[in-house]
Amino acid sequence: MRFNPDNRQLGLIKVALFAICLLPLCRLLWATYTNDFGPNPVEFVQRWTGTWTINLLLITLCITPLRAMTQMHWLTRLRRMLGLFCFFYASLHFLSFIGFDHDFVIEDIAKDIFKRPFVTVGFAAFLLLIPLAATSNNWAIRQLGGRKWQELHRNIYLISILACVHYFWLVKATALLWPLAYSIGVALLLGWRIRERQRKAIPAPQFQNAKPLKFFKQKPE
Amino acid sequence: MLIRHTPHIPTSEITDPQVYAGRRDFIRTLALGLGASTLGLAHGAETRDGRSRRFDNLLSSPLSTIDDKLTPYQSMTTYGNFYEFGPDKDSPAKNAHRLRTQPWTLTVDGEVKAPKTFAIDDILKWAPLEERIYRMRCVEGWSAIVPWVGFPFSELLKRVEPTGNAKYVEFWSLADPEQMPYVRLPLLDWPYIEGLRLDEARHPLTILALGMYGEVMPKQNGAPLRLVVPWKYGFKGAKSIVRIRFVEKQPNTAWMKAGPDEYGFYSNVNPDVPHKRWSQANERRLGEFLKRKTLPFNGYADQVAGLYAGMDLRKNF
Repeated sequence: MRFNPDNRQLGLIKVALFAICLLPLCRLLWATYTNDFGPNPVEFVQRWTGTWTINLLLITLCITPLRAMTQMHWLTRLRRMLGLFCFFYASLHFLSFIGFDHDFVIEDIAKDIFKRPFVTVGFAAFLLLIPLAATSNNWAIRQLGGRKWQELHRNIYLISILACVHYFWLVKATALLWPLAYSIGVALLLGWRIRERQRKAIPAPQFQNAKPLKFFKQKPE
Repeated sequence: MLIRHTPHIPTSEITDPQVYAGRRDFIRTLALGLGASTLGLAHGAETRDGRSRRFDNLLSSPLSTIDDKLTPYQSMTTYGNFYEFGPDKDSPAKNAHRLRTQPWTLTVDGEVKAPKTFAIDDILKWAPLEERIYRMRCVEGWSAIVPWVGFPFSELLKRVEPTGNAKYVEFWSLADPEQMPYVRLPLLDWPYIEGLRLDEARHPLTILALGMYGEVMPKQNGAPLRLVVPWKYGFKGAKSIVRIRFVEKQPNTAWMKAGPDEYGFYSNVNPDVPHKRWSQANERRLGEFLKRKTLPFNGYADQVAGLYAGMDLRKNF
């Protein structure tokens, strides 16, 4: 029996998911309350928000394959919330960067973005997320039209690659394990999509031996 | 088929947890007592709360930096780099318990009249131990205020006679895969080697540290013997030193081999010379949220700038 929630059940699932997605934020608030950020508070906050951004990005990318494999189409209705939480943690990540690293001084921030490649890449990914977050409501979908909306939201593939590059670039050569693991995750999720695309794109079999139709054996005199 | 169940262990045979814990306490007390009586200082022994043994009668030094509050002991012992025990900031604290610091010897060789090997317990008696409170700046951009315990490196020079050829000093850290699991990985070209010019090593600010926070050096911070050069980035201070070699040529250090354009031989703290991947103009004190300005030579310019008179410190970074 395939689980297929009715609207009430789906509502409950959404509330539960919302609460779960807030847990990483609760961890931060708890650390603020108990003043227990560890020896390097800023590093802790930046890592935590960064890690949860990419976690939610990957979870969001899991929805489509999961739906295709299990035929549980209602999963798609959770995707918007997951994507928005990804944006939420990305924003916190970005805020901690401009606030703690640069005291909100625009000039310093700009310099850093241009000077350090991993910051450039991270910033680009964040910029690309903004239009996706902004068009994540029904009104925007209606305005854009389904096809355009979908094209825009396919940017998430690029964003996920940029996120991996950002992660790889910031760690030392001695600590590549996590970025590698996340990149493999992204590669699998994008690879699945490419395969699906190719599978669906196989053209209908053609009549290879067919000759052009001739109505007359010979040109009429 | 007959299946035999292993018989249940009768409750009478299960050791009472209190007895079990008591046994550990007994062994610990015995070890401490033995250590203290036979070795004098019980070097490396831990007290009941897991902290190291305290030193008595430490001298305070006029060379201490006293205008800042100390970084908490907890931060300095749970956060740091010691790649022999793993690449993460918390790996040293997790893995350094495998280090055996007793017995420990330090071999001094190279351009010296007679190479010598010293036992750590003798080194401890070379000179009265001082508390030196120093700023410490990591090349990664974090900093701390640490009360080291030790004595000037020149105390070693009094005990060995470098020949006229000796221009540099190499510091070799222990690289034993049995005790240091990550030495099996090619994180760096092991053993960890650092170096100083002889006049830098002789400078009164350069110390051999045997402890911190009034206690025997914790293993994760480089027990039993490490180098501290406060005007240079932290990685210049080799940890768990087993060999000191006087040489004629500038040493090729572990970090220079790992990234010659990122880690120079001098590695003086210099806000004007950025690292290849980040600025060095600011630093973050452990525990603080906002950055502060990094000082040239980590604030010790008055004492050490003269060592580099006439040198281009952008080239000799």
